[in-house]
Amino acid sequence: MQVVSRLRRFIFSPTILRIFSVLSTLFGISIFVFVVLRVIPGDTITGSFGIETGVLTPDQIAQLRHYYGIDQSLLLQYLSWMKSFLSGQLGYSFSTGVSVLKLTKSALPVTVELALIGTILGVVIGIAIGMFSARKPGSFRDFAGQLFGLLALAIPGFVLSTAIVTIMANKFHYFPNGLEYMPPWENPWTNFQQMMFPGLVLGIAVAAPVMRTTRSALLETVDKDFVRTAHGKGVAPRKVQYRHILRNSLIPIVTMTGIQFGYLLGGAVIVEQIFALPGMGRQVLNAITKREYATVQSSVMIFAIMFVTINVLTDLIYRKIDPRIK
Amino acid sequence: MRRKDKIVKGGLHYYLQSTSGIIGAILLLFMVVASLCAAFGWLPHNPLDQNVDEVLKGPSGKYWFGTDQFGRDIFSRTFDGMRRSLTISIVAVSIATLVGVTLGILGGYLGKWFDLLITRLSDAVFAFPAILLALAIVSSLGNSWVDTALSIAIVYTPIFIRVARGPVLTAKEMDYIKVSRILGYSSPRILIKHILPNVTAPIVVQIALSLSWAILTESGLSFLGLGTQPPDASLGLMVADAQSLAAFAWWTLAFPSLFITIVVVGLNLVGDGLRDAMDPARRNS
Repeated sequence: MQVVSRLRRFIFSPTILRIFSVLSTLFGISIFVFVVLRVIPGDTITGSFGIETGVLTPDQIAQLRHYYGIDQSLLLQYLSWMKSFLSGQLGYSFSTGVSVLKLTKSALPVTVELALIGTILGVVIGIAIGMFSARKPGSFRDFAGQLFGLLALAIPGFVLSTAIVTIMANKFHYFPNGLEYMPPWENPWTNFQQMMFPGLVLGIAVAAPVMRTTRSALLETVDKDFVRTAHGKGVAPRKVQYRHILRNSLIPIVTMTGIQFGYLLGGAVIVEQIFALPGMGRQVLNAITKREYATVQSSVMIFAIMFVTINVLTDLIYRKIDPRIK
Repeated sequence: MRRKDKIVKGGLHYYLQSTSGIIGAILLLFMVVASLCAAFGWLPHNPLDQNVDEVLKGPSGKYWFGTDQFGRDIFSRTFDGMRRSLTISIVAVSIATLVGVTLGILGGYLGKWFDLLITRLSDAVFAFPAILLALAIVSSLGNSWVDTALSIAIVYTPIFIRVARGPVLTAKEMDYIKVSRILGYSSPRILIKHILPNVTAPIVVQIALSLSWAILTESGLSFLGLGTQPPDASLGLMVADAQSLAAFAWWTLAFPSLFITIVVVGLNLVGDGLRDAMDPARRNS
């Protein structure tokens, strides 16, 4: 009897439920991606041969379809993709002749590095400007901070990137991304130069909502009783600012940062394209134009896994910064 | 009827109290008027007309925003591009609102497996970077403006499902809904007359914000070459073209960029203003 109840408590424990919900979300995504790419006309053959597909005889097309494995039923195609995804090979890229795993191995670190730089810059800039703004609501500095938030939200990443590339190349004759991409472990200085601007573009995009959230969260916390108490018992104003007000405003800020991470991954597609960084975004974009199902599906799944992981991490951070959350 | 008038007037009164709301409304008005002008062809030049003698001319009395690499008038193209972006975004957000709100209300009201299916599905779509998803869909659908609008609509539907579902869950437990059910009102009647009004305020705010995101997504897709196709004008496409031109012809980059920003700023300010006007807690502060 006790075993059963313990088992039940284990199965319905928050952690297990959480893992189950993550897995079911990922399963939903895999089906969604698969269906979106198949339902719609055009396939790998028209994608890679273009207009020349018209020259192929029906026989040849049938052979090619068999070769690529797209003459099978949808269920079989899905299962065979899942099998190769779960086996770790992630499928095969026909245009490059290597497994998607091999492509991803070189592309993923680029995007992860970019995302990390973008998030760190975004959080630092966003919280700094948010605090700067909230110190004196309605003042000129508040207005300036909010204007930054609005513009950073409204200027698309591709405009900012294009402007930076143009100005750097034109005024300073500086082409950090003119050469081939260098991983940080091979040449940290070149890597830093190549990552600095794309990271900044993503960072600014993240900073805008983080700034707005910080500002409103701080303004809400400032009026709380415990802040007045802290001031009243003579805690140093600076300490109140950081230890009492900021700490208690962190939950919405962390939530917002988690949400922004998803948008940041999307922004990476465009930024990688402009700054010629061989990351996951470029991999997806190339695969999409060539209609390489396996590459698109597996890459998108990797994006989804990263996103879901960040969501789980966000939850864990909550518990760390607010012990009241169970 | 009279009571409704009062509520509408009250809402407008609160809306006009927010400075950002007023500025946003002015920008929005400007965009709509400019887009209508473009739609009726009231532009100084035909946005598609090429002129070999006037390639990459700077801003002047004849070409207010200068000309591009084919001698086309950038002013006319910017306004025509803005019209196209707005049209696509409005169509996309309308579809997303209609589908999302319907599914969200039904899911919240009916509950059970239907609700589970809806939330799981929207979670799955939500777990995606919007532009990536739109990219995948549009690359399969095609490049006409309807395809672009459709793919943006799919991307933004889950947001409306979420926004609509939440208030329904609270409203469903309210006494007046229970009473309506006991009185034997039909489900459609309860849904439309009693539940829907609870959802309107957050939805209206969401529409304004989604429009601004849709504009960004549309221009991003066009920038990547997957949205509006040349020779048609699109703000994203113009920025993409300007990549190789901006070094010696700044106006090719500056004006399209400026107008994307104005449109998105305007819609965001309207969204902020609406949120302040409709949120009773903020009203009194």
